[in-house]
Amino acid sequence: MKKVSLEVNGKKVTKEISNHTILSVFLRDILNLTGTHVGCDTSQCGACVVHVNGKSIKSCTAFAADLEGSKITTIEGLAQNGKMHPMQEAFKKLHGLQCGYCTPGMVMSAVDLLQNNKKPSDSEIRKWLEGNICRCTGYQNIVAAVKEAASKM
Amino acid sequence: MKTFNYHSAKNVKEASKLASSNSVFLAGGMSTIPSMKLGFANYRDIIDIKGIKSLSGIKVSGKTVKIGATTKHVEVANSKDVKKAIPSLAALAEGIGDPQVRNRGTIGGSIANNDPSADYPSACIALNAVIHTNNRKIDADKFFKSMFETPLKSGEIIEVIEFAIPEKSNYQKYPNPASRYAIVGVYVAKHKSSVNVAVTGAKSCVYNDKDLAKALTSKFSSSSIDNFSISSSGMNSDIHASAEYRANMIKVFAKKAVDAC
Repeated sequence: MKKVSLEVNGKKVTKEISNHTILSVFLRDILNLTGTHVGCDTSQCGACVVHVNGKSIKSCTAFAADLEGSKITTIEGLAQNGKMHPMQEAFKKLHGLQCGYCTPGMVMSAVDLLQNNKKPSDSEIRKWLEGNICRCTGYQNIVAAVKEAASKM
Repeated sequence: MKTFNYHSAKNVKEASKLASSNSVFLAGGMSTIPSMKLGFANYRDIIDIKGIKSLSGIKVSGKTVKIGATTKHVEVANSKDVKKAIPSLAALAEGIGDPQVRNRGTIGGSIANNDPSADYPSACIALNAVIHTNNRKIDADKFFKSMFETPLKSGEIIEVIEFAIPEKSNYQKYPNPASRYAIVGVYVAKHKSSVNVAVTGAKSCVYNDKDLAKALTSKFSSSSIDNFSISSSGMNSDIHASAEYRANMIKVFAKKAVDAC
């Protein structure tokens, strides 16, 4: 067992966890932040993407124990004062989702893209989202939503 | 996954001391963690080396580029120094996995794992890399022994990978559509007196195709290898690509890489 202290969505959290606790399990089962989804669980599908110290990572492939002191943002941490993040707004407006399972990861990954590239082209968006798989194959509207969000941010 | 003892090492000496036959060093964890989750590997001790500052960073000096073992793929991909000295190496890093893997995966981890379809081992072979550990220096052509095998001993830690800056170089690969691993990757580098043609993804371990390298050393032009027919013997064959397809892709990519140099 190990005591870890992290900041999750702006709140300080200290928990006693098993050393082998995966970050996605820590978020979902211990903190009840079930917005982070787990799809393939082997870092290919991207449903579990969260930000650690501002950068997107796959939470299914990180030990919570080795993130001591990190600042983590999950999909639940994007909205501010009850107002959705522009990326969430754009996904909603342009129907950038169908079943919605991949959506939290898509949104978190896309937010990181705009941190690196404020005005990405269609092909840059598609290339960036290579690590996020949508099994409904709704990529067209996802790309449109990311572009829309880029124009609003 | 079975649980383990987790250690965060402060320096190389401490990390090395903690190592045993039942331990693993953890950097980005991009291969180690999935293999543990899938039950392929179990360890009593995980020794986290991410926090060791001396293992991270990029230095370009004269004829070489030195990259610290825990330097992340994203850092190599975005490094102005690497882009200037060996653009093909920055481009290779940019094509590994996806942004989330590049934000966490490290060059030392990739090399220590010696996955037969990893990208970085081909760069090491093509760019005459020297792998510096806490005990010795190992030439790349002696480092990649066989599938997932290296000469690294228990407690031995990769510290720096030193690449020779070539005159010209280029890396071409056909990525697996899901994981972006190289189904076939070919890294061509022209040095002052010789050419290397490193091939990854095609066989059980990265290798330098000596015949292609020889032909390109005598004349560095894609037409030099027009008449080559590469044998599919010993090539990987799976749902993604047959052995024959891989053999053909090596020539196609070698030509493409030479033309792009």
